[in-house]
Amino acid sequence: MRQTFFRLVKLTMAYKNRMITAAILGFLTIGSSIGLLMTSAYIIAKAALHPSIADLQVGIVGVRFFGISRGIFRYLERLISHEATLRLLSKFRVWFYQGIEPLAPARLIKYKSGDLLNRIISDIGNLEHLYIRVLAPPVIAALVTVLMFFLFETFNLVFSILLLISFFIAGIGVPVFIFIVSRKTGEEVNRLRSKLQIQTIDSLQGISEILIFGQEERFRNKIHILNQRYEKKQRQRTFINGVHEALIGLIMNFTILAMLLIAIPQVTAATLDGIYLSVIALGIMAAFEAISPLPAAAQHLEQSIKSGQRLLDLVNANPLITDPKTPSSVPDDFSLKFENLSFKYDKNDDFSLRHVSFTVPQGSKIAVVGSSGAGKSTLVNLMLRFWDFPDGHIFIGNRDIRTFRQEDVRNLISVVSQNTYLFNETIQENLSLANPEKSKDELEEAMRQAQLWETVQSLPKQAETFVGEQGFLFSGGERQRLAIARSFLKDAPILILDEPTANLDAFTEQKILRIFWDLSKNKTTVLITHRLVGLENADQILVLKKGKIIQRGTHAELTEQDGWYRRMWQIQNQVLVIEAIGQ
Amino acid sequence: MKLDKRLLQQLNGLRILVSGTIGLGLLVAIMTIAQAFYLSKTINLVFLHSRTLADVSPCLIYFGIFSLFRSLFHYGQQNIAGKIAFKVKTDLREKIVRHLFKLGPIYIKSGRTGELSNTILKGIDSLDAYFSQYIPQIFLSALVPVGILLAVFPLDILSGIVFLITAPLIPLFMVLIGDTAETLTKKQWHTLSRLSAHFLDVLQGLTTLKIFNRSKDQIAVIAKISDHYRIATLKVLRVAFLSALTLEMLATISTAIIAVEIGLRLLYAKIDFQSALFVLILAPEFYLPLRQLGTKFHAGMEGVAAANRIFTILEEPAEHSSARPVLFNLRSEEIVFDTVSYGYKSKQLNAIENLSFRILPGAKVALVGPSGAGKTTIASLLLKFIRPDCGRICVGQHNLSDISAPEWRKQIAWVSQNPYLFHAGVAENIRLAAPGATEAELITAAKLANIHHFIDSLPEKYATDIGEKGARLSGGEAQRIAIARAFLKDAPFIILDEPTANLDPEIEAMIHDSIQTLTRKKTVLLIAHRLSTVHDADQIIVLVGGRIREKGDHSELIRQDGIYKKLNQAYRGVT
Repeated sequence: MRQTFFRLVKLTMAYKNRMITAAILGFLTIGSSIGLLMTSAYIIAKAALHPSIADLQVGIVGVRFFGISRGIFRYLERLISHEATLRLLSKFRVWFYQGIEPLAPARLIKYKSGDLLNRIISDIGNLEHLYIRVLAPPVIAALVTVLMFFLFETFNLVFSILLLISFFIAGIGVPVFIFIVSRKTGEEVNRLRSKLQIQTIDSLQGISEILIFGQEERFRNKIHILNQRYEKKQRQRTFINGVHEALIGLIMNFTILAMLLIAIPQVTAATLDGIYLSVIALGIMAAFEAISPLPAAAQHLEQSIKSGQRLLDLVNANPLITDPKTPSSVPDDFSLKFENLSFKYDKNDDFSLRHVSFTVPQGSKIAVVGSSGAGKSTLVNLMLRFWDFPDGHIFIGNRDIRTFRQEDVRNLISVVSQNTYLFNETIQENLSLANPEKSKDELEEAMRQAQLWETVQSLPKQAETFVGEQGFLFSGGERQRLAIARSFLKDAPILILDEPTANLDAFTEQKILRIFWDLSKNKTTVLITHRLVGLENADQILVLKKGKIIQRGTHAELTEQDGWYRRMWQIQNQVLVIEAIGQ
Repeated sequence: MKLDKRLLQQLNGLRILVSGTIGLGLLVAIMTIAQAFYLSKTINLVFLHSRTLADVSPCLIYFGIFSLFRSLFHYGQQNIAGKIAFKVKTDLREKIVRHLFKLGPIYIKSGRTGELSNTILKGIDSLDAYFSQYIPQIFLSALVPVGILLAVFPLDILSGIVFLITAPLIPLFMVLIGDTAETLTKKQWHTLSRLSAHFLDVLQGLTTLKIFNRSKDQIAVIAKISDHYRIATLKVLRVAFLSALTLEMLATISTAIIAVEIGLRLLYAKIDFQSALFVLILAPEFYLPLRQLGTKFHAGMEGVAAANRIFTILEEPAEHSSARPVLFNLRSEEIVFDTVSYGYKSKQLNAIENLSFRILPGAKVALVGPSGAGKTTIASLLLKFIRPDCGRICVGQHNLSDISAPEWRKQIAWVSQNPYLFHAGVAENIRLAAPGATEAELITAAKLANIHHFIDSLPEKYATDIGEKGARLSGGEAQRIAIARAFLKDAPFIILDEPTANLDPEIEAMIHDSIQTLTRKKTVLLIAHRLSTVHDADQIIVLVGGRIREKGDHSELIRQDGIYKKLNQAYRGVT
């Protein structure tokens, strides 16, 4: 916990000059208030004794000065402290993203995006308060305490000590009390908020299923229950907040009372000038302004640490893959070789790949076919260095891919996968993602090649049209063609097609496949598919089953052999069979 | 300083609680004045009349008692305000969820669910400050100064006049500066929403970004957006703080003026010391609630900005389900599309144009055509996610528009292209179709969908948790879970939206039988790119560009030698 706190504080140190300036200005603001009220009290007490007006002159100047300075100090303090806070916020956000970016996708698969969103937005939001609400108030309070101690010491040390005690109770006792009381509530509030958020996102994204199965009531009820529990906890927190404001007000008034109990006999004994009774009372009132934010600071401290801890937990996870210290240079031969590759995602899982070995000469085309779960996509994940593999080797140009930097490997590979993500940006922006340097003409050419151009032309804003959340505004086929156009633009020497036509109709599929074979002419190509269409073009075909290669050969060879391939080819062409029987 | 009317309407029905906060606010004001009175009296007696501690002890006791009550009332007021906030927030959050459910998937998915969920959570949370702090502060700001004015006027008219003149300036300045702040706050809220939607988008697409080696670029993008947010926020704050500055200045300078003014009059014995001290003690108390109104106003403003987004959603017109129950039975009644057209807002061309066809009870109708032909739109119409722009859909004697959506959907099962799996156990995901289903029914459905074996191999079997969008399941497995749902629902009308699009031939063959069983004796609308399941349909409708181009059964269409035949050849890979 302490470690988290110090790591967070360390992050804030980038802006320490701004923060120190703001704290001093905060102290001066409250100092002005104290000055204003104490000199005001002095003026009227003095005036009550009817001296000459000259005796009041200094006091009057002081009152005017403090009356104006407070506002100005306050304004500057707020501006500077908020500026620092917002910079801090930006820093936290970037720091967090930088932290999770290397972890994706392997380490992140267990975090749900709703939860992640909640973490980033609200945890980073909580850290937003780290300076203004957590770090600054105690510093300002300490400075004010020192000021008051010396001011009261000019009257009598007893007053200083009494004030110190009361500040201690109000500034440390109450916050600690609140901290202990609110601790569990705060935890619960965060936990419930996160649950409510996941439930909400889940219900919104699964809305079609909910409506069709008539489960509105049940899902609304789930949200209702979480909502009630969450808000009840929130309310408990408000309760505790209410306590501290009232409690500190009470302590302030009782401090005045206690101070008078000591001071009045001194006035009677003439060891204290009666003028100072009102000066002391009003001074206490003004000084408490520095104490009142402290209980809230304790609460926010707790929240900040919790949020910081959660962020650190995520960011601190070791990435599965680290780049080698002395990476190999990029090869100029792009053949692929898989050697005795075995892999499982988790210790407790079954093997996804078992002793897989095959070679793809440069510019050659291989098709990997098999049922879902056969390990086809795992091959892709390993080639892209998303997961590390202890057993076996993958070579590009006879160099083990583990000797390359991850980015260099990915630069060599273009992927069209079945679940390519589209960002909620314009079509154009989604395309230039692949290569920001491509011109408009090149984008157009890529869209033409992907048979997307006509569709895009028919849109109201053409390539400037937004694609909607996860490309929702487009049909599956259109989304896929966008993804394909994107890969055309990347133009890498190795091409991986991971079920590239999964969502396309037969016409488009054929066209696209033809383009693919054209495009892949000089590229080392791996086509992963369950559709046994156009595979005559592949130089070799591998059939994977449960992570093992069970058949290999060309389309002609495999249709000759009795086995998985021929069986599936027949099923797929059932229509043909039935048609033939019908005639 | 506008009080948002729509937000205030939320207080209807909470009158007792609202009166409670006002009453306690009034009591706080009285206690404050009483306290000041006894404090000034004590000091006056000791300072000028040489009284001892024993003489003034009753005054001190009163001071203590009033302090205690002041704190108690203050606490009470905050609690009641908290309760108001609690009621309003829970209520609004549920209203918005209910309304979104009514608006349906087409509305929800046309925006960003990240932004929507942010509004539901953070947006409504930001109303807390509005109701628990801003509104009660308004009452305190009205009651405490008025109380103090009433107490000060009889004692010292001049100070009373200073108070009276300066007090209205504070709200005036707040209104003047507040309006600018309001527009700026709105903008800032918008940036914040965009920020969170962008974040979700980036996180969900992180894998894709990595493939293109673009994930590191996002660091700069995030920094840029955060910077925009910072600049936008600072703009708001600069104005907001300016208003705070004005208020601070007014309050402190007025206190200074009063101190000097009463000091000088004391000098010439125009006022007595006790009254002077009384006024001086009350001066900060007079301005404090008004100043606090300034800070709490800004806390409340965030709520008002969020309220705009909340009410935009709530005011989006949703279809009202008809109240009168309509009796229909899809086992015996036909569904007729009568010159139906529909277009999406975002696209120029209509998705479907003048469509007419009928689905006889027990018949299997297949929709075939290239992507974008309007097949999914037909499914959305039949699911009542949208309603026709023109024409009508009839069910037996009834217009589909007259049938309530939940009633209608009870008789439909749907297996979609991308079934959504919830963050819950496998069993719960299948039970979506029938929450009351027994264990045995569940397993039967899973077996029929050919997914039982797979589920049984999972670490916790049917209790295994499925992550976001079924992160741990392949497309084929997710699809089979969706099919199991359909089995469990056992509805007379089934819409299959490309159910085999993501399956490989082995699994396709495996579930071919499942689908046969599922659709036996049922009315089926099959939307397909793949033709292997189409050939035995009673009727195949070939759609291109939202219009029907060919109609008939498989052999008829093959004989016609048109688009269908070409599609068929393409599917088999014949060129």
